[in-house]
Amino acid sequence: MPSPRTLYDKIIDRHRVMPLNDIEGPGEQLLLYVDRTVLNEYTSPQAFSGLREAGRTVWRPEGALGVVDHVNSTAPDRTAIAPDADAQRQIDYFARNGRDFGIEMYDVLHPRQGVEHVVLPELGWVVPGLVIAAGDSHTTTYGAFGSVGFGIGTSDIEHLLATQTLPYTRLKSMRVTIDGTVAPGVTAKDMIMAVIRAIGAAGAHGHALELAGDAVRALGIEGRMTICNMAVECGARVALIEPDEAVIDYLSGRPKAPKGELLEQARRVWADLRSDDGARFDREVHIDAADIAPMVTWGTSPDQALPIDGAIPDPAALPAAERQDAERAIAYMGLTPGMALEAVTIDRAFIGSCTNARLTDLRAAAEILKGRKVAPGVRAMISPGSSTVRREAEAEGLDAIFTAAGFEWRQSGCSLCLAMNDDVLAPGERCASSTNRNFEGRQGSGGRTHLMSPAMVAAAAVSGHLADVRRMPLP
Amino acid sequence: MTSKGFSRLTATAAVMPAANVDTDVIMPKQFLKGIDRAGLARGLFHDLRFDSEGQPDPAFLLNRPGFEDCRILVVGPNFGCGSSREHAVWGMLQYGIRAIVGTSFAGIFADNAANNGLLLISLDEEAHARLAAHLAARHTALTIDLEAETIMVDDLVLPFAIDPRRRRAIMLGLDRIGGTLAHADAIRAFQTDYLAAAPWLA
Repeated sequence: MPSPRTLYDKIIDRHRVMPLNDIEGPGEQLLLYVDRTVLNEYTSPQAFSGLREAGRTVWRPEGALGVVDHVNSTAPDRTAIAPDADAQRQIDYFARNGRDFGIEMYDVLHPRQGVEHVVLPELGWVVPGLVIAAGDSHTTTYGAFGSVGFGIGTSDIEHLLATQTLPYTRLKSMRVTIDGTVAPGVTAKDMIMAVIRAIGAAGAHGHALELAGDAVRALGIEGRMTICNMAVECGARVALIEPDEAVIDYLSGRPKAPKGELLEQARRVWADLRSDDGARFDREVHIDAADIAPMVTWGTSPDQALPIDGAIPDPAALPAAERQDAERAIAYMGLTPGMALEAVTIDRAFIGSCTNARLTDLRAAAEILKGRKVAPGVRAMISPGSSTVRREAEAEGLDAIFTAAGFEWRQSGCSLCLAMNDDVLAPGERCASSTNRNFEGRQGSGGRTHLMSPAMVAAAAVSGHLADVRRMPLP
Repeated sequence: MTSKGFSRLTATAAVMPAANVDTDVIMPKQFLKGIDRAGLARGLFHDLRFDSEGQPDPAFLLNRPGFEDCRILVVGPNFGCGSSREHAVWGMLQYGIRAIVGTSFAGIFADNAANNGLLLISLDEEAHARLAAHLAARHTALTIDLEAETIMVDDLVLPFAIDPRRRRAIMLGLDRIGGTLAHADAIRAFQTDYLAAAPWLA
């Protein structure tokens, strides 16, 4: 009888073209077959230049899809013209690469344009058991479908396009189990923020992270995507959730998903996509779902987070190793130790990004915003995760709720998550944000970011300060 | 990117001992909006190398007399941390840096260096300190012998260890993609079997 294996090892084993060293287990080097990739206009250009210089072709053009998302405008009335000349050049070159190498590309005005990690799943192109590598660190998102997704640099994009493979080193394995049931008002975002806080910003470094437990299984696919997306913020190169019937239901009717007899064949294979009983993980962590509260970050690293009813920590009371970082973060964020988180006033509110801008995220925000108004002096905007999400939200009337509340209803793109286009915080501006990174300057030089769930962003927007969504009665 | 391989490198080395030098410092953001790898030699340490008028700052080490042919950097801990931008490594190679000797390198920077033939050598702190002190005192050229896995400067000989696959790639100047494409038949055969077993992916 074969020894029990983790879900991660099963997927890697199925994609091993050949070994490249004679180590077994973590540290094994192998040539890894990659099923699919998604390209964006900002990390791929030099990969294509490299192919041109070497006179190489793309091994399997149908294994790649391109989406413009990082540098484009999100203005409600946007055109094909980019915000600046450099962005225009990247977008134009991207389109040319699609034409010359036979890769399907979604340009700015394509009806399915959106943030890459929102677009791929809604096409039904991400199915269980795949290896997907792409030039963006949040490629971990695809773990929500039971697929190995990981971010790569530009040279590896070029290697992948030319060979459909990557030289790969097998990771160690780690499992975080969240048992029990979360309280009302607690979302997938709060769950992953609690995990990052518990294990630290490098807590899963060198590991493939499997997320398990009742609270994870109870999530819909969009919540699972939020969790796997942000797992990279605790250092995980890969995040995985065992695929189940919810994945099959999600795929149903999507344009690129398998159908009919092919789907039945696939399902028989997918049934084995689980960590075997007795599979050994290099590290195990258990978290009780009942202990998780709505979370916000107070600092400049995603692990500098607390439940919303907490207070800005006193660096002097922190362990010596964290003290200097905390002091620097509190100074950058313009906060005072001991200050209640709910007393922190905001200038901006943003709902968007590959972490939290899908339809269920927008519905959760709309529930809070219905019949309420954004506080005076706060500029609030929503950039739906994709043009498809935007249409679906409009069909449900969510846009009317957002605009009545005073939110700008914008087009789709990475937008204010990393401020590569013209959506930027001014120096000193403070933003409640549904995004994934609160690094110094991430949303604009001198900008201050507090990460939280979309409903918590809505609660902060109408309150004018960080606010506890559990104390916002629904109408 | 393909670089010419080497097994032995003798060149001027510059000691830059600061800790946590990030890729923003190595290659500032104004050099990231290109669509090819060109023009990045100018960007290397740009905001340190050049003053606000764009003139070389004579105080910066690489601008000083005797460092015109610098090909090796001896750096502080956690070099290359921060952003994943491969532009940092491309800029090093375009400027002429072929090897960096330190105590630890950030993971993505190390992968990007390996993918471009930029040699990174990690020494233990004691050996690194001896090397840095020796170079600071004498400003002589340093020799890296990849075959023997040693660094030599005058009478000082320091052994180092390196992943065998990375060493071979540096020595032969391997084109990684070319190396993988040497297995094209194996990849094709794998793909045929794989897609036959998973026709929903074909």
